[in-house]
Amino acid sequence: MSTAKRQVHLAAHFPGVNNTTVWTDPRSESQVEFSSFEHFAKNAERGFFDYLFLAEGLRLREHKGRIHDLDVVGRPNTLAILAAVAAVTEHIGLVGTLSSTFNEPYELARALSSLDHLSNGRAGWNVVTSSDAFHGANFRRGGFLEHSERYTRADEFVSLAKEWWDSWRADAVAADAASGRFLSSDDAIGEVVHRGRHFDVAGRFTTPRSPQGYPVIVQAGDSPDGRDFAAHHAEVIFSLHTEFEDAQAFYADVKGRLPGRGRTEDSLKILPAVGFVIGDTAADAAERAREVELAQVSGQTAIAFLEQVWGRDLTAYDPEGPLPDVEPDIEGQNITRGRVRHVTDIPGVVAAWRQKAEAENLSIRDLVISLSSRRGFVGTPDHIASEIDRYVQSRATDGFVVVGTTNPYGLDEFVDRVVPLLQERGVYRTEYPEGATLRENLGLPALESDAEEARHVG
Amino acid sequence: MTLPLAVALDGAGWHPAAWREQNARPRDLFTARYWADLVRTAEDGGIDLVTIEDSLGLQSSAFGRPDDRVDQVRGRLDASLIASFVAPLTNRIGLVPTITTTHPEPFHVATTVQTLDYASRGRAGWRAQVSGSPFEAKHFGRREFPEFTIESLRGPAGEAVLRELFDEAADAIEVVRRLWDSWEDDAIIRDAATGRFIDREKLHYIDFAGERFSVKGPSITPRSPQGQPLVAVLAHQTIPYELAARGADIVFGTPFDEAGARGILGEIRDAESRVGRTGRPLEAWADVVVVLEETTAAARAVLDRLDERAGAPLASDALVFAGTPADLVDLLESWRAVGYTGFRLRPARLPDDLRQIVEHVRPRVAAPADAPTLRERLGFEPAANRYTDTEENAA
Repeated sequence: MSTAKRQVHLAAHFPGVNNTTVWTDPRSESQVEFSSFEHFAKNAERGFFDYLFLAEGLRLREHKGRIHDLDVVGRPNTLAILAAVAAVTEHIGLVGTLSSTFNEPYELARALSSLDHLSNGRAGWNVVTSSDAFHGANFRRGGFLEHSERYTRADEFVSLAKEWWDSWRADAVAADAASGRFLSSDDAIGEVVHRGRHFDVAGRFTTPRSPQGYPVIVQAGDSPDGRDFAAHHAEVIFSLHTEFEDAQAFYADVKGRLPGRGRTEDSLKILPAVGFVIGDTAADAAERAREVELAQVSGQTAIAFLEQVWGRDLTAYDPEGPLPDVEPDIEGQNITRGRVRHVTDIPGVVAAWRQKAEAENLSIRDLVISLSSRRGFVGTPDHIASEIDRYVQSRATDGFVVVGTTNPYGLDEFVDRVVPLLQERGVYRTEYPEGATLRENLGLPALESDAEEARHVG
Repeated sequence: MTLPLAVALDGAGWHPAAWREQNARPRDLFTARYWADLVRTAEDGGIDLVTIEDSLGLQSSAFGRPDDRVDQVRGRLDASLIASFVAPLTNRIGLVPTITTTHPEPFHVATTVQTLDYASRGRAGWRAQVSGSPFEAKHFGRREFPEFTIESLRGPAGEAVLRELFDEAADAIEVVRRLWDSWEDDAIIRDAATGRFIDREKLHYIDFAGERFSVKGPSITPRSPQGQPLVAVLAHQTIPYELAARGADIVFGTPFDEAGARGILGEIRDAESRVGRTGRPLEAWADVVVVLEETTAAARAVLDRLDERAGAPLASDALVFAGTPADLVDLLESWRAVGYTGFRLRPARLPDDLRQIVEHVRPRVAAPADAPTLRERLGFEPAANRYTDTEENAA
């Protein structure tokens, strides 16, 4: 047992509206009723997670011009549900995805500051950008933003939000009934004047400086622009890099950008998203993982997955049979909307898939399972705990955002069986520090504007 | 006959000097505990709903512009998030935050209130309010509003400004209501046999296209327990009465005496016929700012003390009543006889006047029975869904 061991950070992802969640599982309950959020949050808090994480929905996914109906559909408003969860929890951080495109800095900044006040310093914001007219159709603003402008707007958005958050002095509220001074000084609330490329605003903020000063900034982008944005603003990166060596390379790249920004390695945590399947033995876990994969990728889901790339209707094909012999329709690429797809070289992708399917003798459904199943840990609790520990000690990650496959009980088994093993290894907390903020739970330095001297934890 | 009572919560109370009272908690105004304590006090005292004030600009003693005062409460938390926070901590009381129609996205407003309805299991409402001041518009930097005063709003140019703001508000409420209906109640089917989680025929594009903005829909949030949470509008004159008549379930009026109470009710009914309201008529409630003590003299002494500390008599858009709970109930009864079906009391001091309300006013007027949802508690029918059984609307 060494005190030099790096500590594991865990976040709990409330399963979103994709085929991760096995809604056909008899233990699967509502994804919108508050009871689900309450159970999920309390279980994660029982497991000493740093935060729970919610994605955001701004429009329902469409496939072939109709609302996609095969996966879980529908979710609550991110900020409102986090505020409600704050009331039934004490320690766990509350991180929501909130678009910098379809919100205004003033209102989002005041909402996030309010959440930080109401939760005693547990708020976090996963900053995402969106630009497309598809989502814009639900908003006054419409789909107005050039793709290339996404990060310049996001960067200016976050900078401006920080101006609002910093505009009240920490000691602004005197509330001295005897002297009659509610505000401590004439300049207790500063005037913000911001003239930038995307925003031209002025005025004073309605909300006092919150317990954390401002919420922990989380970010998920992976492009060079995204990595630069992260190196500038992010305190947590919600990463997609889960293969060990790839994760190590990503970790080194991003952390390497920090000194250029005057930041320390500890000021940014990298947490990839992972699924997991626990079994009593390796074979048992593999069998359960296979059951989950089959439940996640029904025959219809597999066909719909291929249709996104083929750009045409493939319902005539048998999902248990070989890949379609028709060629993709390159023009028909908008067949799925509302979900990010990164395929650009369609013929190349199709050729590679055909080759793989032929070489491994895979049906359509098998191929889709092998392509789409969430990378994660499958094995005994001991195997999973040791993998998590290995990633963290080897600087492949600082921890993980864990997502289960049923809602809301999908993390219960992880908390029951994996968390104690991490604790035994001395790499995971056994209690929350009393009154700690999310930033403190994550071991992040205090904000410069708050601290006489930056404090490093862990 | 029962009489619903609402309590309007704002800072340390509606009197600007309230925060200096002995029982005030001015250091706690920005904490969760403060709001949870107030709402639980109201709930335990049989209050039917609380409203929570909000605005996109700092409080001000000046009309339509900021001031630089340091002797009054400045700052507030987002009312919709306060309401969401309080929702799981309460069981019976309606939760009605103020959210403006002017700058926020109606799509976000719709899901915020739907989520409050889920978290409270059917006790959500929305007080829709316009936000027309130029200094608030500057916080967003997307639109410019002309400077105005109470006087300038009475002229034709002022009326045009008001029309624009309130027409936009009517559009925002319409969008929100359509989004609330955009999932039918039984849209989630979890049909393992066919592999379908939802029946997409029961989800509907709202396809709202107005002069100012358009919204496609459906909501991302399934239809909430009440289907249509209650919408309230505070109104003092013709254009706002018309907004209430077009889009609200409850209008809060501000009579100063019985004659005014009759006049306002008449204007509300006129507005309903002008805009062609169909279905259930507006519930007309009256707002009163209250300072309550055991004797009239004691209540007046409190108000004098508060006014003196504030440096001016309390100026309010609503009647300021300083007296005994019994006299207040007499006033409410007389206005009920005129046709008001509920009252929203604005405590001048928190928590003192809230305590007076729950201990001495509520017991004097029969309360509606507890009910699972706010709609039921206030005697509203279950909300019909405009999209049900209309196949041409199917997605």
